[in-house]
Amino acid sequence: MRRLMGVLRTPLGLTATVLSLGVLVLAVVAPILWTDDAEAVDTSNILAPPSSEHWAGTDNLGRDILYRTLVATRLSVELALAATLIAVTVGLLLGTAAFVLGRRPGRLVGAGINIAVAFPGILLALFFAVIFGVGATGAVLAIGLAGAPAFGRLTQTLVASVAARDYVAAASVAGVGRLRSLFRHVLPNISEPLVVNATISAGGALLAFAGLSFLGLGVQQPQYDWGRLLFDGISSLYVNPWAALAPGIAVIIAGLAFNLFGESVAKAFGVGVVGGIPELPSVAAHLDDVAPVEDAGHAPEDVVLDVRDLRVTFPGPNGPIRPVRGVSFAVRRGEAIGVVGESGSGKSLTALAISRLVDDSGRVEADRLELLGSDLRAADTKAQRQLLGTSLAMVFQDPMTSFNPTQRMGGQLAESARHHQGLSRKDALARAVDRLRAVRISDPETRAHQYPHEFSGGMRQRAMIGMGLMGSPALIVADEPTTALDVTVQQQVLDLLADIRAADDVALLLISHDVSVVGEVCDRVLVMYAGRIVEDLPAAGLESAARHPYTRALVAAVPDMATDIDQPLAVIPGRPVDPSDVPAGCAYAARCPLASARCRAEDPPLVTEPDGSRVACWHAGEPIAIEIRDRELDHELEEVEAS
Amino acid sequence: MSELRFEDVTVRYGHYTAVDQVSLTVPAGQIVGLVGESGSGKSTLARAAVGLVPLDAGRILLDGEPVPTRGRRRPLQMVFQDPYSSLDPRMTIGESISEAMAPGGSRAERRAEVGRLLELVHLDPARAGARPSELSGGQRQRVALARALGGRPSVVVADEITSALDVSIQGAVLNLVRELQRELGLSMLFISHNLAVVRYVATHVAVMHQGRIVEQGPTAQVLAEPDHDYTRALLAAVPGKRSL
Repeated sequence: MRRLMGVLRTPLGLTATVLSLGVLVLAVVAPILWTDDAEAVDTSNILAPPSSEHWAGTDNLGRDILYRTLVATRLSVELALAATLIAVTVGLLLGTAAFVLGRRPGRLVGAGINIAVAFPGILLALFFAVIFGVGATGAVLAIGLAGAPAFGRLTQTLVASVAARDYVAAASVAGVGRLRSLFRHVLPNISEPLVVNATISAGGALLAFAGLSFLGLGVQQPQYDWGRLLFDGISSLYVNPWAALAPGIAVIIAGLAFNLFGESVAKAFGVGVVGGIPELPSVAAHLDDVAPVEDAGHAPEDVVLDVRDLRVTFPGPNGPIRPVRGVSFAVRRGEAIGVVGESGSGKSLTALAISRLVDDSGRVEADRLELLGSDLRAADTKAQRQLLGTSLAMVFQDPMTSFNPTQRMGGQLAESARHHQGLSRKDALARAVDRLRAVRISDPETRAHQYPHEFSGGMRQRAMIGMGLMGSPALIVADEPTTALDVTVQQQVLDLLADIRAADDVALLLISHDVSVVGEVCDRVLVMYAGRIVEDLPAAGLESAARHPYTRALVAAVPDMATDIDQPLAVIPGRPVDPSDVPAGCAYAARCPLASARCRAEDPPLVTEPDGSRVACWHAGEPIAIEIRDRELDHELEEVEAS
Repeated sequence: MSELRFEDVTVRYGHYTAVDQVSLTVPAGQIVGLVGESGSGKSTLARAAVGLVPLDAGRILLDGEPVPTRGRRRPLQMVFQDPYSSLDPRMTIGESISEAMAPGGSRAERRAEVGRLLELVHLDPARAGARPSELSGGQRQRVALARALGGRPSVVVADEITSALDVSIQGAVLNLVRELQRELGLSMLFISHNLAVVRYVATHVAVMHQGRIVEQGPTAQVLAEPDHDYTRALLAAVPGKRSL
């Protein structure tokens, strides 16, 4: 309802709604008011031009054209709606048949629809008009059935997309029949695009009807719709052009009204999104309570990447949202740094900000952001793109979407070398083959000529790393590089990253939600929570030397091969902080067993310890009673009470 | 308590054999872990058990009787991997759970039962009117568990139920699985690619590779003395096991 009101707020939506309502009202009242006027024969005044008495003139029996056009609204709209009803009903039956009948019969129906869709609609309509005979009934059936395949196809596609969802499978497992499941789960989730399309096709049916009647295949005398009036009027075009123009204009207005109304509704519903979009929480962000960050103070000579007070801000519905709130760290040559945190902690955005890949709506700010001594905050110049293109390699989570599926692998790898290093086509391809070999892809000459889909997931991820190695990178930024891979393949990819690092002294920034992966591969670990680094410690100390309660909870929450199976697993109560609603004080306080009044009031600064590790906690290192009870229920009850 | 037995189960997709003559027993009141990589056929086996995929050969028996895959009474229930797609976004969580319950009973009785199920998975019964979009991933997975329990199943198939969740939430869901299994005496087929997780919840483990079960036995034994090369490869790949 709220979204329907949204339709009315746009000028186009308002116009379309008023026009459509006008046409519908006219369809109801015009025949009641003006039927007698429209059918009054005046043989003394045939084919008269427009006059004050007959605004649009008269026809060959002296009947008033304007009244006839107005009265014809009902029949025209009725027939169009009837045809749409047939199209929608038959289309729905055809489109849902595959779901209800099961695989094999469904495939048959699908093939039938595909063939029917291939025929031009008007041809189908003419074909049906011949079968059902000339007249209004035949025309309704013809236009309705001609519209059915297109609607059936749409329904079929939408149903297929929803039917693949687990909740439909879950209903089936629960013993819900297919027909019931169709009405309970499938149709409600596709109703919006269907309704919108039905509205638009009503406009189409109106035009098609006018066309059929105009050809003399539709409404017959003495009935008349706009097409029929057009048909009659066209013969006297040179005597009284309004006899044809008036019904023509009516067709255009009504057709436009329905089409535009459908389009406006489609826009308001955001059709295409099946299932609705969750709304952003409506709480203002606190942007000014970021604690000052201590200077990490690294020696500049061997520093590959230096980041000081990095902030990423996005515009939100209620003021800016800042998912990264002042992150400072440095990566030295050959060093492997892991970044861990839950989803929403800002770890991936940090990586994107370093690679200048944050999309245009986001604002990246930092006191210092340097790769090999050159400022990455500077304008996007060729030199800078060159630097990023050759010195920084980026590896993403999903290797399937990182490659262009229509290009051969070798060519895609070679492209960057040709672009950034100015190699010839042949040299670039040779280097690509060499790099594929370097990432241990067997038979790289053949593989370079294959397409991404011919590679397995692990091979694709290795090829992605190979692509980063086309230059001579000083830093590899890998964002969850193994999350989409199997454990055995994950190990190969991690080993490969470790080998490359050792061989060429390449630094690695590994972003992962999995503490155990990071602990295995990295020298140092940055733990992020709510857009800030809360702890920076050697990876070897994750199990024993972690001081921040969040780090300790993250480590304890992951079962490993030594976990005591007689004890319940440690859990972190509550849920991660929403970037649009960061609380005052320490962001972790609400979930922290050590939280005190000071934690809720003051955000602890990130303090550098004598051994070089950093931690942001008022109670760092204090003992924690082992968390055994599942506290989620209590936490949720608090939430409910609070809201 | 019931025993679930797969006897020489084969599932083919066209010419591709996804599950190849698999025999596996889930003893009454036990959790059997099924591990293997993607494409090894473990999810297909799970879907075959609950009737979502037709068998090409073999039988799936519950206490010696074929598992009913038609009609309302479904003693075998399944929890899916992705809690973001396994709940209908248009339905309240109470409606979703109620749908899986046996038909009959008054409105008040059904509401009480939904409340009981929500409490069982440590969710506030007052949230029965909430829609999935208002819940976190971990909470949704609890709802999915409650829905599976709503059918009063004797066996539950859990297909990678923690792999879409953050590690911090995974622990809570695993605790819940163990607690429910103990309290309700459920038999469970617990599918996962994570050996550490399987070790934590399952008393028995079966290793699946290229559509076949290559090794099975008590968890402690299989993990301590793996027989098959693939099991050894899986064990070696558990992160955090080797220290640098």
